[in-house]
Amino acid sequence: MIDVQAIDIGLVTLGAIGATYLWRGLGVLFASRINHEGAVFQWVTCVSYAMLGGLIARMIVLPIGPLTQTPLAFRVFGVVVGLTVFFLLGRRVLLAVCAGVGTFILLVSAF
Amino acid sequence: MLNQSGEVTRLAVKDAIGFPALTLLASMIGFGSLVHESGLPFTVALAATAGIWGLPGQLTLVEVHAAGASAFFVILAVALANARFLPMVVSFVPLIRSSATRPGWMFVLVQMLSINSWAAGLRRFPTISPELRQRYYIVFASICMASGLLGTAIGFLGVGLLPRPIALGLIFLNPLFFAILLAGAQGRGASTALLIGAPLGVLFHLIAPDLDLLITGVVGGTLAFLVGQKRQGREKNHD
Repeated sequence: MIDVQAIDIGLVTLGAIGATYLWRGLGVLFASRINHEGAVFQWVTCVSYAMLGGLIARMIVLPIGPLTQTPLAFRVFGVVVGLTVFFLLGRRVLLAVCAGVGTFILLVSAF
Repeated sequence: MLNQSGEVTRLAVKDAIGFPALTLLASMIGFGSLVHESGLPFTVALAATAGIWGLPGQLTLVEVHAAGASAFFVILAVALANARFLPMVVSFVPLIRSSATRPGWMFVLVQMLSINSWAAGLRRFPTISPELRQRYYIVFASICMASGLLGTAIGFLGVGLLPRPIALGLIFLNPLFFAILLAGAQGRGASTALLIGAPLGVLFHLIAPDLDLLITGVVGGTLAFLVGQKRQGREKNHD
C-alpha cells in the first residue's frame, strides 16, 4: 500500500526547497546587474517581514499542535520576558531565549 | 591581510564555533521537536534544514502545512518567507567570486548561505585576501550546517523522551527565537512591516486559516511599503 500522506508532504518539502533555491540561484544570475535597493525589492522585503510578523503572532496567540494545551497567558508572558531581557541586557539573543523559554517551562510545570 | 590558507581556516573555525553554532543548535533543536510534534517524518526535518536552510522558511513549511493549506499555497508561502535570500546572495556573491571560480560552482556555494555566514563574511572579508574568502566561507558555513543538522536530529529524536513541560518549552522555542531574532532586525522598513503584520496574522487566521499568511504578507507588506515611501518622501522634502 502506498502512503499518500507521506508522498504528499515529501513533494511539498521538495517544492519548498526548490522555491527557496530559486531565490539563491536568481541571486547568482543577477548578482552584477541588479539594484537590490530598488522599489520592487523594498516591497518584496516588506511582504516577507509582514508575513513573518504575522506568523510569529499567530504561533503565539493561536498555536496549532501541542502548544494549544498551554494557557495563552504563559506564552505571552514567556515572550515578554524574552524580549525584555533582549532589550535591557545588551541584545544577547541566547540569553534572552533562555530567559523566555525558562520562564515558560517554569510556568507550565508549576501550574 | 590574511593570505595563508591555514590561518584563514583557523579563523573560520574560531568564528563559527561559539555563538553561530550554538544559536543554530538551539534553534534547530526547537525546529526538530516541532516537526516531530506535528507528526511529520524525520526525513522531512533533515531535508527542510539542509534544503531550505533558513528558520523562517522552515517554520512556514511546517506551520502552513499544519494549518491545512494546499501544496501550492504552502510552497508559495515558503517562497515569500525566504525572499530575503535574493538580496543577500546579490550582495554576497561578488565578494567571494574570483577569476579562478568555475561558473557553475557559485550555484552550489550559495545553498549554504544563511544570515550567520552572510554577516560573518561581510565582517571578516576586508581582512582576508580575495582568493581565500571562499575557503573562509566554506569552512564557516559547513560548521553552521553541521550544527543545524545535529540540532534538528537532537530535537526530533529527543522531544519524545523529555518531560512534558520541557518538550513544550522546545516547541515554544520556535516562535520565541524567531521573535527575538526579528526584534533585532535592521532597518525601519522591516520593523514597520513586522509590527503591522503581527496583528493582521492573528486576524486573518480567524477569517481565512489556510491563506492567512499570504493575505497578511500582501496587505501588511504593501501598507508598510507605502508608509516607508511616504517617510522617504518627507525626509527628501526636509533636505
